[in-house]
Amino acid sequence: MTETTAGAHEAHGTPTGWRRWLYSTNHKDIGTLYLIFAVVFGIVGGLMSVIMRMELQAPGMDVIWGDSSTQEHTFNVLVTGHGLIMVFFMIMPAFIGGFGNWMVPLMIGAPDMAFPRMNNFSFWILIPSALLLVGSTVIGDGAGTGWTVYAPLSTIGMTGPSVDMAILALHLAGASSIMASINFITTIFNMRAPGMTLHKMPLFVWSILITVFLLLLSLPVLAGAITMLLTDRNFGTAFFDASQGGDPLLYQHLFWFFGHPEVYVLILPSFGVISHVVSTFSRKPIFGYLGMAYAMVAIGAVGFIVWAHHMYTAGMGVDTEAYFLAATLVIAVPTGVKIFSWIATMWGGSLTFETPMLWAMGMIFLFVLGGVTGVVLANSGLTTAFHDTAYVVGHFHYVMSMGAMFGIFAGFYYWVGKMTGHQYPEKLGQWHFWITMVGVNLTFFPMHFSGLAGMPRRIADYPDAYAGWNLISSYGAYISFAAALFFLYVVYRTFKSDEKLEANYWGEGATTLEWSVPSPAPHHTHEAPPTVR
Amino acid sequence: MFGRNAGVAIAALFTALIAGAGAALAQEAGLGAPFDWQMGFQEPASPVMRDIIDFHNFMLWLITAITIFVLGLMLYIMFRFNAKSNPVPSKNTHNTMLEVIWTVVPIIILVAMAIPSFKLLYKDDVVPTATRVADLYGIDVAGEITLKATGLQWAWEYEYVDNGVFLFSSCLYGPDYWCFGGEAPEGAHRLLETDNPVVVPVNTLVKVQVTAAAVIHAWAVPAFGVKIDAVPGRLNETWFVAERIGTYYGQCSELCGQYHSYMPIQVNVVSQEDYDAWLAGQLAAMQPDRLKAPTTEFAQQGITPRRPLAVTPGIAN
Ligand SMILES: [Cu+2]
Repeated sequence: MTETTAGAHEAHGTPTGWRRWLYSTNHKDIGTLYLIFAVVFGIVGGLMSVIMRMELQAPGMDVIWGDSSTQEHTFNVLVTGHGLIMVFFMIMPAFIGGFGNWMVPLMIGAPDMAFPRMNNFSFWILIPSALLLVGSTVIGDGAGTGWTVYAPLSTIGMTGPSVDMAILALHLAGASSIMASINFITTIFNMRAPGMTLHKMPLFVWSILITVFLLLLSLPVLAGAITMLLTDRNFGTAFFDASQGGDPLLYQHLFWFFGHPEVYVLILPSFGVISHVVSTFSRKPIFGYLGMAYAMVAIGAVGFIVWAHHMYTAGMGVDTEAYFLAATLVIAVPTGVKIFSWIATMWGGSLTFETPMLWAMGMIFLFVLGGVTGVVLANSGLTTAFHDTAYVVGHFHYVMSMGAMFGIFAGFYYWVGKMTGHQYPEKLGQWHFWITMVGVNLTFFPMHFSGLAGMPRRIADYPDAYAGWNLISSYGAYISFAAALFFLYVVYRTFKSDEKLEANYWGEGATTLEWSVPSPAPHHTHEAPPTVR
Repeated sequence: MFGRNAGVAIAALFTALIAGAGAALAQEAGLGAPFDWQMGFQEPASPVMRDIIDFHNFMLWLITAITIFVLGLMLYIMFRFNAKSNPVPSKNTHNTMLEVIWTVVPIIILVAMAIPSFKLLYKDDVVPTATRVADLYGIDVAGEITLKATGLQWAWEYEYVDNGVFLFSSCLYGPDYWCFGGEAPEGAHRLLETDNPVVVPVNTLVKVQVTAAAVIHAWAVPAFGVKIDAVPGRLNETWFVAERIGTYYGQCSELCGQYHSYMPIQVNVVSQEDYDAWLAGQLAAMQPDRLKAPTTEFAQQGITPRRPLAVTPGIAN
């Protein structure tokens, strides 16, 4: 069966020109499209954060264009755009659409994804989604609601087309992710090479499998919530309007029922990538493989029952808070299992520190740092001090901007030779890591201090006492953004490199199936299923 | 060897950062307002904030220890198990005892942390009676007042529920457009000072009812350890007992639209005598027609908000 399908593909060869990309049903080409999309929007989202940091560099409203009838609103629009773009158009496309598409079929020995045309649609529907979101910042006043789009600020609080456009952008991005999720689940459950049981599946595939389950179960709830926003805004319903019997907190519950699993959607694939990189550069198999896989399952499952820890100050009642406090602390246990298993994988290994390994080790340590502040924040008794302060911003950027983004870079440097046939320049890759490392820590560590001192998040201007740490944060952001531009140069140099690459250029430590095919991976791979011991 | 350099650099960076976090514990703090380069909490002015600081200090040592432990393991691995020092990797991939330990030990730590955390939550979160305040915190409060705070776009309206005094409290100075402007008093804090501060007596149980007119805000005073969302159609309740006379500042802590940065909260804690005098003055000066509709305040100032203030009658007033 597989033989004949592959034969049919071979007959029409590799399409060329624009048809190759627009009509693509090839998992590698679609993965490449996703990665390019993620890089482009990573720069856009990063640029937004640079403008915010420029505004926050000193007290007063001096940087953002316009006068005081629009400046602060523009700041809020940037806050919103930065959040939504980084979540939906940078991290998710890079991990799930990019590395997921590229590596899942390669790692499980499948010739392609289960539904190649739906795969194409999943990517291309992101383009109108992104256009709507970018358009929402320039058409009308802009959506200044924050990525959470809380009602009633997003309903009666913001008229005009912008918020509607942002909501429709989320709908399309959600549809894209749901289709991708169905595709991955079907692929992983049905197209594994003979002999590859679930318990032999590489951890990156596990991480994607769990991630897409989270998406499949949580995105419909978001879709429902934002549809209610849409009808509240346009068709006279009052789901979230208290003056007509609705409940603003209902929106928060619905949003965070999606929103909390969503943050694991962002971090789990990073866990997957890090496991491969750590194992490869330690030249040892992963330690406690089953524990690692089921820790991710546990994180995903518990992730669905902790949502209201984002709402401790909403006035929920003390017993509810106590439950969410307890449930949230539980997550620290499987997360600890992952951290210690990575350390045990390295223990006794024969480590080298090529660029992917630097990103992986950086990720592990910074994720721990972001994780422990998460444990602090889990304590609802402390929430009256911490909720909605800069401390929270510091915390989630340690787990997102470092936990997830470092994983993306680790994956990029790890697989770029496999994907393109060009090896990255080692020295420049290491420079990229170190510049980023300095930049992000300068940016986000001081936020813990200003948060403790009481600085609220999402403010365009702040009392003068917060100026010091904000200045440091801003310099850090400029360094981080410079590192992102430097990354583009590294990519350029990578494509200029004509070093010939073997199939398995990382050597004995790299054991998964993607290393059994040539570098660059040919257009069609695993046409006959490989044998898995 | 690159690994060595990497290790040293990481160690230097994070020892500096963690030392900074430790220093936050010991820092001298100002009263009621943030100060330059502040690294820790504001000086506590209520029993709840003292509890929060105590528990957070415990947590800070705990998480610092965990972070240093992980950092130490990673540095050791970099020096001991790099390819030069350890050319032949071990094949060890399982150790049941170890896996049980690193599951059980974190559980024990979390339970040890959860017990004081639950205590803190149940002690501080529930609005107490005067007797309960005496039992739990050993403070004999002088009395009890109820304050209702309503979040507007973008100011706070206060009602002294016991005697019907209304205050309309907005940003005193900052950007000309939104804040009321005028001469700032000596030493006033930009974006924190309000034109009509809340006044409460010291050592009094202040119950705060919080709601909002149009969109969600949050009423927060860091030195009291108070933060609660102001949600339209919902009356949230919190409380504080201010133990020290002084001026305390906070800011709206939920994104509420364009001028979210410009709706500070200022609470002047005064002696009972000063409070009584202030209250008498307020009652004498009360003009009920002015107080019913906050929008007129803006009209008097010649300010046209970008959007009309959405005030829902019956909730705001
Ligand atoms: Cu507000």
